[in-house]
Amino acid sequence: MIDFTFTEEQEMFRKAARDFAENQLAPRIAEMEKTGEVNMEVVKALGEAEMMALTIPEAYDGLGLGYTARLIALEEIARVSVATAMMLQVFALGIEPIVQFGNEEQKKKYLPGLAKGDRLATCAVTEPTGGSDPAAGRTIYKKDGDEYIINGRKCFITNSHIADTITVFAKDAENPKAFTTFIVEKGMQGFKPTHVEHKVGMRGCNTGELSFENCRVPRENIIGVEGKGLRVAMSAIGDVGRGGMVGCSLGLHTACLEEAIKFANERILYGKPIIKLQTIQNKIAEMKIDLEAGRLLGYRAASTQDKGQRSSNEFAVAKYYTTEAAQRAAKMSADIHGGYGCMEEFAVTRYLRDSFVLGPSAGTSDIMKVIVARWAIS
Amino acid sequence: MLNIVVCVKAVPEPKEAGKIRIDPATGNLMRSDVPLVLNPLDKNAMEAALGLKRNMDAHVTVISMGPPAAGDIVKECLALGADRGILLSDRAFGGADAFATAYTLARGIEKTGAFDVVFCGMSSSDGATEWVGPEMATFLNVPVVTMVNKIVEFDGSLWKVKAKVENGYRLMQVKLPAVFTVTIDLNTPKTLSFSGIIKARKKEIIQWTALDLGVGEESLGLKGSPTIVADMEAMESKREATIITGTREEKAQMLLQKLVGAGVVS
Repeated sequence: MIDFTFTEEQEMFRKAARDFAENQLAPRIAEMEKTGEVNMEVVKALGEAEMMALTIPEAYDGLGLGYTARLIALEEIARVSVATAMMLQVFALGIEPIVQFGNEEQKKKYLPGLAKGDRLATCAVTEPTGGSDPAAGRTIYKKDGDEYIINGRKCFITNSHIADTITVFAKDAENPKAFTTFIVEKGMQGFKPTHVEHKVGMRGCNTGELSFENCRVPRENIIGVEGKGLRVAMSAIGDVGRGGMVGCSLGLHTACLEEAIKFANERILYGKPIIKLQTIQNKIAEMKIDLEAGRLLGYRAASTQDKGQRSSNEFAVAKYYTTEAAQRAAKMSADIHGGYGCMEEFAVTRYLRDSFVLGPSAGTSDIMKVIVARWAIS
Repeated sequence: MLNIVVCVKAVPEPKEAGKIRIDPATGNLMRSDVPLVLNPLDKNAMEAALGLKRNMDAHVTVISMGPPAAGDIVKECLALGADRGILLSDRAFGGADAFATAYTLARGIEKTGAFDVVFCGMSSSDGATEWVGPEMATFLNVPVVTMVNKIVEFDGSLWKVKAKVENGYRLMQVKLPAVFTVTIDLNTPKTLSFSGIIKARKKEIIQWTALDLGVGEESLGLKGSPTIVADMEAMESKREATIITGTREEKAQMLLQKLVGAGVVS
């Protein structure tokens, strides 16, 4: 028999995350929406609430709670602010290669600061040529004594301008089949964040470009084995990146459903709340069914990940389903709001904009289908 | 070391109070429709204790009377930082009014051992009698200060606290041990933390029954309650809505006429 219930402790994690999101994030959303910039008070609050420590082992000042707890936290944060959940999910994406493939010195050096939120992380794989085919990337490195010189450009990097520790994926200039993942630190010579993107949604979550011009990185900053970096990058993206997007999508989906129900109970038409109308109930039911299905897919994948098993295929299914479902939910919620669904005073317009960003992040739906089909055929 | 006891109660989630229905057959509240949460003012009581614990050598015991499901809020208090959790749970405690509740809690507090301070929320969000704190102090034979909104001096056994009264505040000096009921203004409760939840893994909830308290059933629950809820009925809203149509001026004129007609304005 499969037990589909959360443990008492997991329910408490949810409560802790919900309290945090409603008390610490909700009051800051208006400013984030207005400026579009990262609210460093939010980042500080995330650190104080131990949100960056969730998946870092206890030996390195983390909480070692694993991926189901992470999904719960992301879902609750995204229910209030998808932008913040996105930022948090990419912190973990930057941290995970060090957790999984870093050596003891690297773990001791970087993880305690990252767990506290004193240092912020990101992962730089995507390039103007795309992100889903990292082998086609043009960022290259060349060995020079005990150092490596990186040249290239990364784009659409979440946390690009706030990250202190960046895991960077690059190709060997002399061997196009060899890839290595490096830890690049803010302030290193030749490295700088450049262009800042202005996204349609998730305002308050920083996205931009990173430039590497003869950026010198010491040998001790290689994560894992030189030339075997593809596994490092793909493992982080496949499990942690997709898993994070599932959390963002589930939270947004929940918010869409809650706002739709709230509005439909208040809006009177033909002398009664529109929630009494079958056509509205039909939309509510569709949103609820999608949410329930998405949760089952997402938490099944997280449970697989917690067992230490490969979960990238399960997360590909969940990522495809939940991001698509969240977009449908945002559209339906806006539809239920009628004219108000076009007014920025209503949160649903933010949800609609945010939902557009879910799809392409950590691999588009089309790419997810490629992965799922490959899984099915194999 | 200061021994602090915090009394907490599991109440239906106040945000979902509108969902609580009354069973037409029994007249009882159908609480199972709404999740149980920690009584909001008890969070202030918890924070009062934990704030002291952060500043001095103190031990915090949290105690609650309720059904087994109330164990969840005791666990939550352990995760917030309490050292020991006690749940008084027995069918014999069922149906207790404020008097019997205060009596049972007092017997439970006595059983915890020597105590210096008892904190509890001024009232619960469901019963809201505000009687349990003072009655408990009476059973414990210690002084009580109600509606405390500031702990002014807490050094030694003579405390000074500021408490709300009808038209202002009064500064009270009280000798410990004592009971304090607290208001929402006392502090800002901290929320649950992940590490607090992890630490609570090692903290057990002790469950005591009527037998453990050594109290006869005639003093407990419904039998020990001098007051009973004789009847309860749902409030029916008979308000009617009228939609006023027309131009802005017409609607304003019509609204004014109606307000004058209802005697709201003249």
